[in-house]
Amino acid sequence: MATIHDVMPMFALYQPESVADALRLLDRFGTSAWTMAGGMDTFDWLKDRTKRTEAVVELSNIAELQGIRQTGGGLEIGAMTTLTRVETHPLVKERFRLLSEAAGLVASPQIRHQGTLGGNITQDARCWYYRSGWPCYRAGGNICYADTPTAINREHAILNADRCVAVSPSDTAPALIALDATMVIRSASGERTVPARDYFIGPGVDITRLTVIRPGELLTAIRIPDVWAGADFYFEKVRDRQAWDFPLVNVASAIRLAGNTIQSARIVVGAVAATPLRLDRVEAFIAGKPRTAQTAEAAGRMAIEGAMALAHNGYKIPLMRNLVMRAIRGTAPATT
Amino acid sequence: MATKLVGRNYTTPDLKAKVTGRAKYAEDFRVDGMLFAKLLLSQRPHARVTRIDMDDALAMPGVKAILTEQDLPAVVEGANLGEGIIASTLSERGLTNEPMYVGEPILAVAAVDELTATEAIEKIHIEYEALPFVTDPLESLRPGSPNARTQGNVWVRPAATPPQPGQPPAPPPQPKVQEWKWTDADFAAAGPDKLPLGKTPDEWTYGDVDAAMANADLVLDETFVGANTSHQPLETRSAMAYWLNGKLYMHCSTQSTMRTIGAVARWVGVEPKDVVIISEYTGGGFGSKGSGAVFYVIPALLSKKANAPVMMRVTRDDEQFIGRARPAFHSRIKAGFRKDGKLLALDGLVIVDNGPYDPVSDSRSGGDHISLANQPEAMRWRMLTVLTNTPPRGAQRAPGGMQGNGLMSPLLAKAARTLGIDEVQIHRINAPEGRASFGPPNAQGRRPFATSAFVKQAIDKGAELFKWEERKARSGRREGTTVRGVGMALSTYSAGSLGFDGLVIIKPDGRLQIQSGIGNLGTESVFDCHRVAAEILDIPWEKVDIVFGNTSKHVPNTCGQGGSQTTHAMTRAAHAAGMAAKQNLQKLAAHVLGGKPESYDVANERVFQKGGGRGMSLADAAKKAIELGGAFDGHELPKTISAFTRTSATNLAGLGLMGVARDEYGREGSSKSYVAGFAEVEVDVETGAYRVLDYLAVADVGTVIHPRNLAAQVNGGVMLGLGHAIGQHWVYDKHYGAPVTRRFYQTKPPTLLDAPRLQAVALDIPDPQTPVGARGVGEAPVGAGFGAVVNAIAAAVGDNVFRRAPVTADVILEALEAGRPMKDALTANI
Repeated sequence: MATIHDVMPMFALYQPESVADALRLLDRFGTSAWTMAGGMDTFDWLKDRTKRTEAVVELSNIAELQGIRQTGGGLEIGAMTTLTRVETHPLVKERFRLLSEAAGLVASPQIRHQGTLGGNITQDARCWYYRSGWPCYRAGGNICYADTPTAINREHAILNADRCVAVSPSDTAPALIALDATMVIRSASGERTVPARDYFIGPGVDITRLTVIRPGELLTAIRIPDVWAGADFYFEKVRDRQAWDFPLVNVASAIRLAGNTIQSARIVVGAVAATPLRLDRVEAFIAGKPRTAQTAEAAGRMAIEGAMALAHNGYKIPLMRNLVMRAIRGTAPATT
Repeated sequence: MATKLVGRNYTTPDLKAKVTGRAKYAEDFRVDGMLFAKLLLSQRPHARVTRIDMDDALAMPGVKAILTEQDLPAVVEGANLGEGIIASTLSERGLTNEPMYVGEPILAVAAVDELTATEAIEKIHIEYEALPFVTDPLESLRPGSPNARTQGNVWVRPAATPPQPGQPPAPPPQPKVQEWKWTDADFAAAGPDKLPLGKTPDEWTYGDVDAAMANADLVLDETFVGANTSHQPLETRSAMAYWLNGKLYMHCSTQSTMRTIGAVARWVGVEPKDVVIISEYTGGGFGSKGSGAVFYVIPALLSKKANAPVMMRVTRDDEQFIGRARPAFHSRIKAGFRKDGKLLALDGLVIVDNGPYDPVSDSRSGGDHISLANQPEAMRWRMLTVLTNTPPRGAQRAPGGMQGNGLMSPLLAKAARTLGIDEVQIHRINAPEGRASFGPPNAQGRRPFATSAFVKQAIDKGAELFKWEERKARSGRREGTTVRGVGMALSTYSAGSLGFDGLVIIKPDGRLQIQSGIGNLGTESVFDCHRVAAEILDIPWEKVDIVFGNTSKHVPNTCGQGGSQTTHAMTRAAHAAGMAAKQNLQKLAAHVLGGKPESYDVANERVFQKGGGRGMSLADAAKKAIELGGAFDGHELPKTISAFTRTSATNLAGLGLMGVARDEYGREGSSKSYVAGFAEVEVDVETGAYRVLDYLAVADVGTVIHPRNLAAQVNGGVMLGLGHAIGQHWVYDKHYGAPVTRRFYQTKPPTLLDAPRLQAVALDIPDPQTPVGARGVGEAPVGAGFGAVVNAIAAAVGDNVFRRAPVTADVILEALEAGRPMKDALTANI
């Protein structure tokens, strides 16, 4: 069979108006259902005809998945809330500037108007071999094309690789992990909540998925507790160009200080492994230390222990080190 | 010349249609019974198709026809196809049974809709016999390495036979593909980071390079590798075709309207008189659609085969493969400088990554434009155009010039820093001036020269406006984690041809109708050039109608909209036609009102006796012209116009007072334009990330015809060059011969969000060798767009950081960490 790209194949389009209806559809179609949020990831796959589906369950008509609500202990953000809304919402800006900044650095203004927070954290890997339809591990095959002697792997993993070397592409995911967010997941059999850091899974757990979402399940909301509200935040994304571009590496941090002493901290790095990495050891190391350049430098060095470069991504090691250092030092980035 | 129109801003007549969406591009047309075509692209980098099973596809309801290589016109090796094109079996034809790159079209399906055509393609079974392939030109020069084609891996032009006494010189022999390998010793001598200096099939030289090099106070030996960069116009090369009364009607995306007729006729195998090109709007070409695209043969012949109109909408994925790209230069330059910065000797070798098909001319152009921009006293230029199994290359805005001027910029900046000279000064001391020579000597031993060069004025003006000294004072100084850098560069490019025709008619309602064969490719020259004719006739712009975008509407012989020819060539033609109409009015007035023609003048929409007296309105003159006939209304035509123009003018005879003429103004020298560019960047040394903050370009392009449009052209060219500096590239996995970058987020062309504050200024000094004074501007800015940015990066973080482009954050950070450039020096497409 010959291959052709860039023509959307036929599928049945369902546009449910409630979560209950959406869940019934997901339950009915099982593994052949495709959940679509803003479509920014979906359209790539479908137009390329690399992945096919019988039924697309499109969520934009479901009012309960939209919007940002204040709850007793924090904020609840509907999974279908656009990235622009997350970026510009007064409560997010006031209390969780980290997330607002991360959302504002995703892709381009047009994509942020259409793309959603739920979609941004649930999107698939951007490994260019996988995306080009090569039959790799992640696609169900038995090779990683990005980890061969001739592979070009500038944008791939330096940590926790397990057969597959693809990285987490999300900008908002590290911010949500740093904020101790919780993912609300519903299915026909009920609701479960998952801490943000456990929402993302590496190839060792399941090489074909980046998140815990299983067929029949729907991410409905992201809850952010007040615990880090108004903390010292730092977000930085290094990329090649200012439009549609994924992070070479990104970093998110939240720090609570007493005077100049770090009481507690969250440090999360994206695009260095298949999941965003929360750096527990670094967090423990800096707790109780003064927030100084020396602390930051030592933490940066600690962050990259165990990192292994592929042929073309050696730069990610010093980049991760320096971003962690900056995230602790806390000076605003001059260039993004 | 008066300046009511020339040199003034105005709103072009197509603007509203463009911004409201009323403008119709090729894929916006619909005709009854129209089918849609889809392409089957090769998944192999090089293979022979041994079997195609189309039965299942043809059995699908709605599938009307499948076109394969067998349906294309036969190639007769060596046949003269007109417009200087000689038929070759090595040339690209649009469909093939021996695909030579991943993405090459093998067949096309026409069906009632795109989904049916797509599903039909998925039902086609193809069997291949794998053939050797190579995606890296340097790899292909290694002993024992694969060749991109069965015939070999390098384009070689056999030596010309010397002319026999009394006989005209024979046409240059056609280039051939042959095997060309360097030796293990060549590679060993170069080491891992320098380009080897093996034998080359082509070179030129002037002066005594070795002696000049020996006299140099500083000799640099630099290897530099650029990127292959796709054109990616926003409008892909879509086309719709149908046949009517034996004529082919081709709605297509092309840079040139009139100059697409011949190309389509050649590809389809019909006479030019049987081709009508309709192209009212084109969403960019940048050199990739000079005369359309060879793939337009597909809807044309599918339409014939299916006996229905066929629309071929080329997708972004298709365009990435078939949409052309600028070839990367792999270069090694040895340059000798005197201690004051004067470039004494330059010895360069370039490998051009050509792709598998017809040879691009970037290598020669690169050498020519280096020698013009930097005026080395002696120069040798060695060239190899190497075939690879990657998408075919084509001319891209300043082909060769961009790469040549681009690779020289960091070299000059490094020489300046080493010698302790200001970067602006080293460009200035080597800049061309007046009738500057360039390139190798011709058969008579004379070197070609430019019509003019006011480059030193451009550099001085730029340095002043950019506040170079002030910015330089803070360049390289670190503040916090950032460091700023300033850089400048100079680029030059061809900027005009001559000898084309203009055709205008003053209608009985007093309006001026101008026939334009210029393509509407976004540069607005389709309108701008003709303001010269209206200016000469002193007719207000509101009373001018321009007929364009359709070759059945009787347009004159027109240059192609490539090579920055148009503004120069077609303002001259407009001048000639305007003057012809004016003289016709003077003769008519003398004939009707008495006196001598030269005693009449034309102004304020009247022809009248100088100093006051009798006259008549242009409307009345047009009516009188029709009454009198003959040369007045186009029933008699000047002998000098081309046969093409003659046909058009004959069809328009009797509609009013005609002005039709060929540009016979002559010229001494080659028309060249120049841009001096200045950039400031800010680099974060902890991440390697940087932003280009400011860019200023000063253009020496002759008389300004349309200031706002000129600035848009300069800024657009700068952005193209800037993209080459900051990120645009291809990535190929050479083991599989396949690309992994296919989408914009992977190939990374720059967008508006990457743009610095842009400022474009023109000297506005007329070129002395053309009556209007104007030269082309499209291409000259690109090299300076690249060069000034990479030089600013080097000024910020040092010369020892990059040795290839693009210069991305990872390149900078890794080099700063290691204290030397780390990115693989020579491998292509990484």
